Amino acid sequence: MKKFLAISALLAGALTSGALAQTGGELRFVLHSEPKTFNPLLMEDDSSESIRYMTGGVLIRVNRLTQEATPELATSWKISNGGRTISFELRSGLRFSDGTPFSANDVSFTMKQLMDPALHSPTGDMFRSGDGQVQVKADSPTHVTITFSAPLADMVKSFDQVAIMSATSPQKEMAVLGPFFVAENKAGSYLLLKRNPYYWKHDAQGRQLPYFDSVRLDIIQNQDTEILRLLRGEIDFINTLSPDYYDKIEEQKPALVHDAGVSLDSEFMWFNQVPSAPIPDYKKTWFRSTNFRRAISEAINRQDMARIVFKNHAQPAVGVVSPANKFWFNAQLHAHPFDQKSALKRLTQDGFALQNGTLHDHEGHPVEFSIVTNASNKNRERMATLIQQDLLGIGIKLNVVTLDFPSLIDRMTNTYNYEACLLGFVNDDLDPNSEMNVWLSSSENHQWNPKQKTPATSWEAEIDKLMHEQASTLDQNKRKKYYDQVQQIVWEQEPFIYLINHDALSAVSPALQNVHPTILRPQVYWNIDELSLNQQVARNR
Amino acid sequence: MKWVRAAAIVFLLAIAGASLLANFVAPASYAHQFREEPDAAPSRRHLLGTDDLGRDRFSRLLYGTRVSLLLAPAAAFLASLLGILIGGLSGFFGGWLERIVMSATDLFLSLPWFFLLLTVRAILPLNVSPIISVTITFALLGCLGWAGAARMICADARSVRNSEFVLLARASGNSGLRLLWRHVVPNLRPIAIAQFWIAIPVFIITEANLGMLGLGISEPLPSWGSLLGELQSYTALTGQRSQFIPLILFVAVVGSFHLVLQSKEELRV
Repeated sequence: MKKFLAISALLAGALTSGALAQTGGELRFVLHSEPKTFNPLLMEDDSSESIRYMTGGVLIRVNRLTQEATPELATSWKISNGGRTISFELRSGLRFSDGTPFSANDVSFTMKQLMDPALHSPTGDMFRSGDGQVQVKADSPTHVTITFSAPLADMVKSFDQVAIMSATSPQKEMAVLGPFFVAENKAGSYLLLKRNPYYWKHDAQGRQLPYFDSVRLDIIQNQDTEILRLLRGEIDFINTLSPDYYDKIEEQKPALVHDAGVSLDSEFMWFNQVPSAPIPDYKKTWFRSTNFRRAISEAINRQDMARIVFKNHAQPAVGVVSPANKFWFNAQLHAHPFDQKSALKRLTQDGFALQNGTLHDHEGHPVEFSIVTNASNKNRERMATLIQQDLLGIGIKLNVVTLDFPSLIDRMTNTYNYEACLLGFVNDDLDPNSEMNVWLSSSENHQWNPKQKTPATSWEAEIDKLMHEQASTLDQNKRKKYYDQVQQIVWEQEPFIYLINHDALSAVSPALQNVHPTILRPQVYWNIDELSLNQQVARNR
Repeated sequence: MKWVRAAAIVFLLAIAGASLLANFVAPASYAHQFREEPDAAPSRRHLLGTDDLGRDRFSRLLYGTRVSLLLAPAAAFLASLLGILIGGLSGFFGGWLERIVMSATDLFLSLPWFFLLLTVRAILPLNVSPIISVTITFALLGCLGWAGAARMICADARSVRNSEFVLLARASGNSGLRLLWRHVVPNLRPIAIAQFWIAIPVFIITEANLGMLGLGISEPLPSWGSLLGELQSYTALTGQRSQFIPLILFVAVVGSFHLVLQSKEELRV
């Protein structure tokens, strides 16, 4: 009996660890655009980042399921010198995809490249503190110490984005430490990644990972085509789906779709509070009023938005941080309720009054404003139309304007010629440091009133102070306390009116094994080295 | 083929009549959202069902048809009028004026005016009501759509200018505006009318294209463009069949316009 139990336990363990996974075959999916670069330090578009994830070897990887940092090329790390220094103990005997040995010198080379101001690395921005200087010392082939000029809070998880490059390989950035390497690139058509023969990871049975021989990435912009190809079995998964497509696929093949729950992404609107904006002064007065913003927020039915626009694959947003961000979300806060009576009460406090069903301010101006959003985004157009009808309920006329994206960006960042804007925030990073460029009043991305010389309001000054404090503290609990206060202020002042956090939706072929879709990017293939196809499908490829 | 033309005219009149009486015929406002019934199937309450925001499709179709059928001919009239003025005058006077105007027309025709339309639409004021927005859209179509008509009318005016009856009229002492108004313009009328009829479906299709890009008419006002926009995704294939009614109507109306035009040309010949 004991023997039977032991065998059963072994078999169960084997099943969960992928012992029965089929080796070989080709994984196929779609990229919506061509990668702009293969240099892992210069990547900022989605497609390039997908390539970096599948090919790049990193010192530390954020586990997409647990949201915790896990050892990768580094076996351990230690932070010292008041948060300015991090030292890594590296794995030994590893090789790049072209056979070049890996050592601490490669980490040193990568970090120096990353922090080179002439390179303008978007990934490097995460590590820029103080004067941006960095000292890297390779103490031995398996030990490296990196010292920044100022403390970096939560720098550990930032290393998830840094793919280590070889200092000596003649293939330069094409020599990689990840599970696959780029073998073929047919511009505008497809990319072929092949298994890295020197990849260091092995499964529980000692078989070298990844299981797949290759990954074929077809470049297809149109998601309709992508879905048809999935339904025909020509590709193995779709990483992100819109609610409409999710429901349609579910109707035909329910086994394919996955809802991983609420994601980090949010949809929100804001009012233009830029003093020099070419809009009437009385409207600027409305938009600067906390009561006005809170009233608009309370007049919007977020539940309807989640139900109708996102087909129940979303939930009303609470604020800056999605509840999906387990550590940083301020659980004391709740989504603003839909309460038009309360909204009208707040507006009355500011001197607004309803006359014949139309809201007027204290000077007699009827309350009417426009909201801009990007054209061809159906969900945002639908959201704006729902808001339009909701605001009619408190006597406000809203004009919905859809613009092509370059025109929209020009108005947001250059001419400031708009009144309100509805957009979304795609969030990849769990840490609040990645949002410094949004919350600091001096920042260009402080959208409601960017590039302020001094904070225009006391609450913005308070946010500036708290964001700086959290960024310069190493104690995570203290940082959380500061950031909770930022969330509280934003919830009270609503410079951004957060509307919806939508779910992370994906579709995966049942033939693909060991898939556990998550809310963090890349949702479906975060464990690509452990994915495999069932025998029948693998044999046919 | 007179009966075909008659049938097309009756069909167009019936559609125009129904859409003009939308305020009385439509069971609901085109903007009202029945939020408990999004994507509802056709029923007695909603003859063509509801759209993804719960709006009555039948009402939106009636109002959308009114918008497209009223404004497309207005824009076509504007474009034809500009075409007559520019093409007619340059063709009649000829010489350097014709060369300059026709070169400018060629240049205008070579512009990617669909993108120009997007750009012009993007720099318009934001705070305008949907009615004004749709009027602006069609006015832009009218202002930008004159060049093709001008070329055709110019060629016709040149041939009229060189015709024997104009020569005789000149010999009889007619000149200037009198010659233009009494002898040239009446002879340009058939081609101007043909250009007008051609422009109507072209403008309807252009507005539909703009609507599908989300740049035509602003919410909640419907137009054929915004109604056809629902069909641009794969999901339409597995959705309600009533979604295709606007497409069928659009094809039928554009087809009818062409039948009317074709029959007019036959009559002219």
